[in-house]
Amino acid sequence: MNAATAMLVALAIPAATAVLISLTGRWPNVREAVTLTGAALLFLCVATLTPGVLAGERPEQLLVELFPGLELSFLLEPLGMIFALVASFLWIINSIYSIGYMRGNQEQKQTRFYICFAIALASTMGIAFAGNMLTLFLFYEALTLSTYPLVVHKGNEDAKAGGRTYLGILLTTSIAFLLLAVLWTWWAAGTLDFRAGGILAGAVHGPMVGVLLALYMFGIGKAALLPFHRWLPAAMVAPTPVSALLHAVAVVKAGVFSVVKVVVYIFGIDFMKAEPSTDWLLYVAGASILIASMVALRQDNLKRRLAYSTVSQLSYVTMAAAILAPLSVVGAALHIAAHAFGKITLFFAAGSIYTASHKTKVSELNGIGWRMPWTMGAFAIGSLSMIGVPPTVGFVSKWYMLQGAFSTGQMFAVAVIFASTLLNAAYFLPVVYAAFFRKPGASEDNPGHGEAPWPVVLALTLTAAGTIVLFFLPALPLGLAKGLVGV
Amino acid sequence: MIAAHLPVLQVVLPLMAAPACVLLRRPRLAWGFATLVSWACFGIAALLLGQVLENGDISYALGGWAAPWGIEYRVDTVNAFVLLIVSAISSVVLPGARASIEREVEGDRVDLLYTCWLLCLAGLLGIAITGDAFNVFVFLEISSISSYALIALSGERRALVASFRYLVMGTIGATFIVIAIGLIYMVTGTLNMADMGARLPAVWESRTVAAAFAFLTVGVGLKMALFPLHLWLPSAYASAPSPVTAFLAGTSTKVSVYLLLRFVFTIFGAGYAFGIQALEYVLMPLALLGILSASVVAIFQLDVKRLLAWSSIAQIGYMVLGISLASLTSLTASILHLFNHALIKTGLFMAMACVFYRIGSTRLEDMEGLGHRMPWTMAAFVAGGLSLIGVPSSVGFVSKWYLVLAVLERGWWPLAVFILFTSLLAVVYVWRVVEAAYLRPAPAGTGRSEAPLSILLPTWSLIIANFYFGLDTSLTVGVASRAAASLLGAGP
Amino acid sequence: MEALGLYNYWLVIALMMTGFYIVITSPNLVKKIIGLNIFQASVFVLYITMGKIIGGSAPILSDQVSVYSNPLPHVLILTAIVVGVATTAVGLSLVVRIYAAYGTMEEDEIVAAEREDP
Repeated sequence: MNAATAMLVALAIPAATAVLISLTGRWPNVREAVTLTGAALLFLCVATLTPGVLAGERPEQLLVELFPGLELSFLLEPLGMIFALVASFLWIINSIYSIGYMRGNQEQKQTRFYICFAIALASTMGIAFAGNMLTLFLFYEALTLSTYPLVVHKGNEDAKAGGRTYLGILLTTSIAFLLLAVLWTWWAAGTLDFRAGGILAGAVHGPMVGVLLALYMFGIGKAALLPFHRWLPAAMVAPTPVSALLHAVAVVKAGVFSVVKVVVYIFGIDFMKAEPSTDWLLYVAGASILIASMVALRQDNLKRRLAYSTVSQLSYVTMAAAILAPLSVVGAALHIAAHAFGKITLFFAAGSIYTASHKTKVSELNGIGWRMPWTMGAFAIGSLSMIGVPPTVGFVSKWYMLQGAFSTGQMFAVAVIFASTLLNAAYFLPVVYAAFFRKPGASEDNPGHGEAPWPVVLALTLTAAGTIVLFFLPALPLGLAKGLVGV
Repeated sequence: MIAAHLPVLQVVLPLMAAPACVLLRRPRLAWGFATLVSWACFGIAALLLGQVLENGDISYALGGWAAPWGIEYRVDTVNAFVLLIVSAISSVVLPGARASIEREVEGDRVDLLYTCWLLCLAGLLGIAITGDAFNVFVFLEISSISSYALIALSGERRALVASFRYLVMGTIGATFIVIAIGLIYMVTGTLNMADMGARLPAVWESRTVAAAFAFLTVGVGLKMALFPLHLWLPSAYASAPSPVTAFLAGTSTKVSVYLLLRFVFTIFGAGYAFGIQALEYVLMPLALLGILSASVVAIFQLDVKRLLAWSSIAQIGYMVLGISLASLTSLTASILHLFNHALIKTGLFMAMACVFYRIGSTRLEDMEGLGHRMPWTMAAFVAGGLSLIGVPSSVGFVSKWYLVLAVLERGWWPLAVFILFTSLLAVVYVWRVVEAAYLRPAPAGTGRSEAPLSILLPTWSLIIANFYFGLDTSLTVGVASRAAASLLGAGP
Repeated sequence: MEALGLYNYWLVIALMMTGFYIVITSPNLVKKIIGLNIFQASVFVLYITMGKIIGGSAPILSDQVSVYSNPLPHVLILTAIVVGVATTAVGLSLVVRIYAAYGTMEEDEIVAAEREDP
């Protein structure tokens, strides 16, 4: 199997898994086995592609010519490789977790849940491998639509309202802004290919470059740049594995992945540097980081706090890309992986708390650390990674971002990173502190709950371990990220 | 031998089959016969398109009388494509019509319905194929009168009123067209379209031509439900028997759009319509207003068939918008959307036929929880709805892509934004149905009861076509751009 | 006074507007059909009058005649008359059915009845 076909297989595996799940829906154990097998196969398939990409190969696969001169095609490059690796690896763990969570909470319509999950993963692979902007747009929309049933999974009024916001913002931004940007690019540059150095240089001029960039950046609603971030907290109505999918595995990652792709391959770093009309992005992203962090401080609902933390962390990636230094782009690519591992741990922990004790508020967590040591231990590690403390992978990505910012003298970015680190600490550490060092209040009755079901605990332990392992062994993502900018 | 006579067979076959269908009496027999004839028409249309693509335009002299005097049937890329669309839609809908018609139409009238269907098909095909202006009027009335009957055959009493209103509006529209043809005849002395096109430039300054142009625009506008002449359409579509709605939604307004293309570009010529009469200043504002207002009205409908009917009016607006831009890309977009929208709307109305078959209503409140009771039907509806919205990989996306590109070519940014934003209104009305069907509980005591396979299969074949032609655009884009080029080339 | 010399066209316009007015304003469905008929009749006159040439003869080839009237519009209008009859027939039969279903053929009463339907 050569690399080009392997990409097709990687797309086909989750799709086939979805079909098989729908056929085996009657027997939950078989169904879950199918999910896990599919996830493992997908990761294996993606992993086989890695050595080639590290060695500098760029396999291509043409799918179909959609319009004269414009194809749907796949092209594997390092950034896509990172994204595909992260997503496919976390799907395995997320599946283990889902099994525990969905069964533990006796959720309805589990078969539909797993089907949509698998389709979402297929779309994610499509995004990761997209060879041009049109292909990326196609799978981007497919991801939005396939995750909608997951967001409204509970089917009640809250879910419906959340689903409306989710779909409303993501479709509005993508159709009204992103599609316009794509069409504009096609019309101006005559191509939509992702090319090193960008395709827009010379095709668009002056202030229009800034406008086009705005269409792209706000059009990619999944990157949750303020003020188009509302869908993320709204989608918190979904079951926790879905939140994990949204925040760590696929959806927001697809957003920032697209942002980096657009900056590096559509605009090109040098072109953006030469155009002063694109400078605003850095400041908007910086402001997003700080504002979202401050909002997170005020949230008592744990999942909402995590959601706003995600908004802020995503803008790290956008800002890192906007710094326009090769090292900061490396940081951006790394941060996609780092945030994925950190945030999935945090969400798993939140879900674990909910499964075991049905608590959702930060203020209810006093002393819970002793009853759920694994969960809260993992939560602590995830928090450290969010803050960027060694020995977690969050430190590595922030390090590269800072280096990049220093190298171009972007003191604004440096200031933002320091300020937000403090803010991150301010909203995460109190949770950890309360869980371990506060006595449960007298008003709280203490049901004798212990840890969540074992698959849940296993999953979150694995991801927490991942954040530490990636700190000590960052060679793989680092190698890929450096391949991205050719450092 | 037969190959040379295909153009006339295209019309004569369904026309002759219609009276034969009455003689059959038995409903199932009539249905089988009509289906067979329709498929034969589809075969002929496909052969004609093949011939045209290979050898260029076909001219057929009816009865052997040469062109300017006799009636000429002229097939070029544009109408070969329209013939294919019309006959294909009829052929796909008919197999699914039987079960649904038996439920919705009284037993002793079922065979008459298929007769009217064949007549309507003959009329629509005739409009498309003929190269003679007065012949257009005759076929227009054949198709219109039979469609009044088709709509009135529904069991609901409001269908009668809807049909009557359609009759009044339709007759006025057709009469306007015949006035226009008469006025053109006064100054050119010919009824042959190509001949008219050749002689008109000499009398462009004439006030008679201007009057003809005005009558024509209004008349065709009425027939194709161009805003603000659209009021007959929603109730006619909403109350007709469901397969009839599916058939008419995919064909009748499309043929009228073709008629506008033919008259504007082949007969009057783009130079006259846009250069002298500034048609774009009439069509474009109406198209934009139509898109916006009809989409908004669609959002507030309580009946899904009516909702889709309003959405059709908005979609006509997109086609007219493409015509009003009068560039190669924009005409390609319009002709593409002719085909694509036929696929989308027919698919959606067929899904409604499934729904009506099971629950006897298409009102939103009755469709609650239907996603679980009729999973395949509602999945088809969602897929069709996505295509209507214009999600990439569906045909709706292809149309939108070309239309926005055409607008960008002109550099009209606000219009591009307008098109994209209004397509979001489609999200709103489609999602109202999705939420009702999936996020509300089904009424107690209802189990899973899917529509019969005979309706479901045509529905799904249309939906699959939606996505097939959304990914493999070589046929549709190829034909549409050739058709657009031939239209623009035909004008002076 | 060229405009008055074309009195036949003025007649056409007057007929057309009369028919049109009836179609639009009359609430009675049968009267609407009558209006529609008058409207169509005006077009018949338009076609007939355009084919006629003053002093023109019937188009039978003859040595004594040099000016012929154009028979084609007259033939065309035969078709249009047939179409008009068919439309009227369908329209009237619809009115019969509407009367049976609603018990009235006044449009405002039908609209009121339609509102009450679900």
